[in-house]
Amino acid sequence: MKRIYKNKTTLIGIIIISIFILVAVCAPLISPYDPFKINLEERLQAPDLKHLCGTDNLGRDIFSRILYGARISLAVGTIATFLAMLIGFIFGTIGGYIGGKTDKLIITLTDIMLAFPGLLLAIGIAVAIGPGLITLYIALAAVGWAEFARLVRGMVLSIKEQDYIEAAKVIGASHIRIVLRHILPNISPIIMVVASLRIGSYILSEASLSFLDLGAQPPTPSWGSIVSIGSNFILTAPWFSIFPGIAIAVIVIGFNLLGDGLRDILDPKLKGKMRIGN
Amino acid sequence: MLIYIIKRLLLTIPTLLGIATITFVLIYVIPGDPTSGIVGERVSPETLKQIRVEMGLDKPFHIQYISYLFRTIQGDLGRSLSTNQPVSESIIEKFPNTLKLAVAAMIIAILIGVSIGIFAAITQGSFWDRLVMVLAVFGISTPVFWFGLLLIFIFSIKLGWLPISGMGGGNPIYLILPATTLGLRSVALIARITRTSMLEILGENYIRTARAKGLKEHVVIFKHALKNSLIPIVTIIGLDFGSYLNGSVLTETVFGWPGLGRYAVEGIMKQDIPVVMGTVLFGAFVFVIVNLIVDILYHFLNPKIRVK
Repeated sequence: MKRIYKNKTTLIGIIIISIFILVAVCAPLISPYDPFKINLEERLQAPDLKHLCGTDNLGRDIFSRILYGARISLAVGTIATFLAMLIGFIFGTIGGYIGGKTDKLIITLTDIMLAFPGLLLAIGIAVAIGPGLITLYIALAAVGWAEFARLVRGMVLSIKEQDYIEAAKVIGASHIRIVLRHILPNISPIIMVVASLRIGSYILSEASLSFLDLGAQPPTPSWGSIVSIGSNFILTAPWFSIFPGIAIAVIVIGFNLLGDGLRDILDPKLKGKMRIGN
Repeated sequence: MLIYIIKRLLLTIPTLLGIATITFVLIYVIPGDPTSGIVGERVSPETLKQIRVEMGLDKPFHIQYISYLFRTIQGDLGRSLSTNQPVSESIIEKFPNTLKLAVAAMIIAILIGVSIGIFAAITQGSFWDRLVMVLAVFGISTPVFWFGLLLIFIFSIKLGWLPISGMGGGNPIYLILPATTLGLRSVALIARITRTSMLEILGENYIRTARAKGLKEHVVIFKHALKNSLIPIVTIIGLDFGSYLNGSVLTETVFGWPGLGRYAVEGIMKQDIPVVMGTVLFGAFVFVIVNLIVDILYHFLNPKIRVK
């Protein structure tokens, strides 16, 4: 924990993420206007003291919509990452633990999934099931699980050979018990860290899908879709797209900084060399 | 070497088959009747039945699957529901535009990424080094579509230097903004990896030897260090190609660039399933082929791997 405080990158990342979580939780308390309230008399107003980020084409306060948008971004980012991790964990453990043909099948399956450019596959899935918030969870998890399955499988393979697993087998522990009581506790901390670092890229994908109108549908304030609608007004009302985009960039920066910093802390050997990550 | 290439080629077959299977399943699970897009609402049950028979939709799942695979192998990706044009023809027509954009983006990414990566490495720990690294985090975290809009706002609308959208009949000036947008993520990735790789090599004994024997610093950097840092850089460029395909969907939408990505997005808007799935399938296919080429190149570049 001390090392986290010493590492500036991590600290900045944590601060940024905390602010966004706070904003998401307290959105109804801190947002100056109702994010859904249409007021055509005040449409496309430039930013001023009354509307910090201006208003959109329906006269809604963009600042309030950005605050509420933090909820969608964080929710989709964390839930989709968690789903991908869960599916990846199940498949990875099955493959690594059982081995043999089952393992080969799972490897082939992950190979196929990883052969798709992620966003394209997510688009295909989203079009197949129709746009919406649930679609985002499904599409992002369906694209992301293979990466986690690979990671889990590798870790299970190496843990499986440890003496204490052998010992557990000898005293007659069931396979399920071995997986849940002996393997899971050993790999879950690392998987959790990796997963939390991936949230940023899931948020970015969510924004991209929403930009393509495949995510949360209007009037839900999602950052990607606000940028998308705003892009039609870039000539007359640039603030419409610019502010929600800054929100996306900053939250993703937060997660990336946290990721870079944690990598330093977890692997001190790489410090300096790898601070830049890969 | 040849055996390796053949082995690698054979290994792509199950992957390609898997990709086709997934796109087929996606088409199959789509709710609603695929004929409704073609014939509209008012149609007699007989005509509808006839069309379904013609399209093979009356057949069981596995027969439809096998016929889909055969058609795909022959390059038949179906017809667009809105224009009735064969999807494969449109893809072939639009792919060169995407390729042009991707290559331009890649050139920008390599030139800028490698230069600032080296610069950061040789000024390690300085203000400039930190600035480059901060910019790299920005580059990786910024949404592509938003960055494109920002560039349009600054360079096209405010300054009036560059065109807002389109291809302008091939005039290279139209390439600058979209290629920069598409290359942004890669610039950041390449800069980071170049810096890491250079720092690692600069700590090696043979670099100290080179300096000790009085070689000029630029010879040490470019001839000795950069050459040996190239492998991870080449790897990241190859691995990142998928992000060009992903990014082209967004970049082409923002800039109205008439490539594959925009074609797919138009398909999304018109609910034109064959267009969307055809592009997804083709994108994955291109990605697999690029990975194959990178693997073989990598094998060729790195003698250590070749021996194994």
